[in-house]
Amino acid sequence: MRGWHGAAEPRGRETLVRNPETTMAGKPKLHYFNGRGRMESIRWLLASAGVEFEEKFIGTPEDLDKLKNDGSLMFQQVPMVEIDGMKLVQTRAILNYIATKYNLYGKDIKERALIDMYTEGMADLNEMIMVLPLCPPDQKDAKITLIRERTTDRYLPVFEKVLKSHGQDYLVGNKLSRADIHLVELLYYVEELDSSLLANFPLLKALKTRVSNLPTVKKFLQPGSPRKPPLDEKSLEQAKKIFRIN
Amino acid sequence: MAAKPKLHYPNGRGRMGSVRWVLAAAGVEFDEEFLETKEQLQKLQDGNHLLFQQVPMVEIDGMKLVQTRSILHYVADKHHLFGRDLKERTLTDMYVEGTLDLLELIIMHPFLKPEDQQKEVVNMAQKAIIRYFPVFEKVLRDHGQRFLLGNQLSLADIILLQTILALEEKIPNILSAFPHLQEFTVKISNIPTIKKFLEPGSKKKPPLDDIYVRTVYNIFMP
Repeated sequence: MRGWHGAAEPRGRETLVRNPETTMAGKPKLHYFNGRGRMESIRWLLASAGVEFEEKFIGTPEDLDKLKNDGSLMFQQVPMVEIDGMKLVQTRAILNYIATKYNLYGKDIKERALIDMYTEGMADLNEMIMVLPLCPPDQKDAKITLIRERTTDRYLPVFEKVLKSHGQDYLVGNKLSRADIHLVELLYYVEELDSSLLANFPLLKALKTRVSNLPTVKKFLQPGSPRKPPLDEKSLEQAKKIFRIN
Repeated sequence: MAAKPKLHYPNGRGRMGSVRWVLAAAGVEFDEEFLETKEQLQKLQDGNHLLFQQVPMVEIDGMKLVQTRSILHYVADKHHLFGRDLKERTLTDMYVEGTLDLLELIIMHPFLKPEDQQKEVVNMAQKAIIRYFPVFEKVLRDHGQRFLLGNQLSLADIILLQTILALEEKIPNILSAFPHLQEFTVKISNIPTIKKFLEPGSKKKPPLDDIYVRTVYNIFMP
């Protein structure tokens, strides 16, 4: 098998199995349960980049077992995305690949560093919001209070300040990057939690509007797109069953 | 850039451990300013040195980098520890992210309640032996070369070695079923820059102990 630049590919690339169903020209295929979870940021990024994709939903623990048993999951976990002949796992690895491929990762190492810092901060806040449904009922109020505090005191001020400092339309390099897409996704979740949390961040609100109006994002925000709704009771129970939580 | 990177963190492994490993492996000398008190942390926060009010923070090349993965990526990129192309970079990412999930258990371990700590050692061992080590053992066995990517050192090798050695401290025979990982451990440990880092007197920190845990609580708890 020949790799890039014609160099012989080292043996041992079986984890990057060439899948006959996904040729270079084929659409990426996402493997996850039918809900946001850790796959949603990947859906956002692909959609914003204008990339059409397919989804194979895991509905039962047996579905997940099947994926594990046929060697498709490097660490026995999802998300997994079949793309360009590879079976990618680990959310960050998948996002990094997509961002690089579609030129959403800045123009040089310093811009990448800025994008990484902003993205990692957003991921920390997003994680808190994402795992909230799994929180025991007696701890929920305290968790929500903490999320509100972190949102208005730690995270949103940073991004508002970045936009204010350079007055440009996007966070890094005067160009749309993954940082803007991840941030806008996060702002939608903050708004779902409590729209008043965005009150003191005019530049973030403007960014949200601006990015939401980009044709690819606009399409993704419409009903019938692959965008997933918040987890309801039924989906939460299903997810717990599939992933054998509790 | 002539100035050495400067690391801001308590005097212990924690989340700065991987950063020290990568810098050392890349042969980069660095300085450390150890956080010991809440007042020191406050000073860094008030002076706007910490983007999200948190450490690790590394002053490097005129930037104040925060977020462990951002720092690791920057250093790895700069020192060609990400393979030759996007595919190798992506492989490196997958290996590193998996290993960091395992390393996270080790980092959090001292902060668990004493009655939960022994159970967690068992959990770590199981995860390592069932989920992570087999992947890397197979990679090494299949291509028969020195490094995870083949013939080139990458961030993945460094983070894996760090994790293996940390696990061996708690579970000495953890590699007993993995001959290729045993060989890997020896070979990577003998790389001159890494060998130096593994010698006494280097900037590698000892295993986390109660003193470190107390220091961390004093600094970070409200």
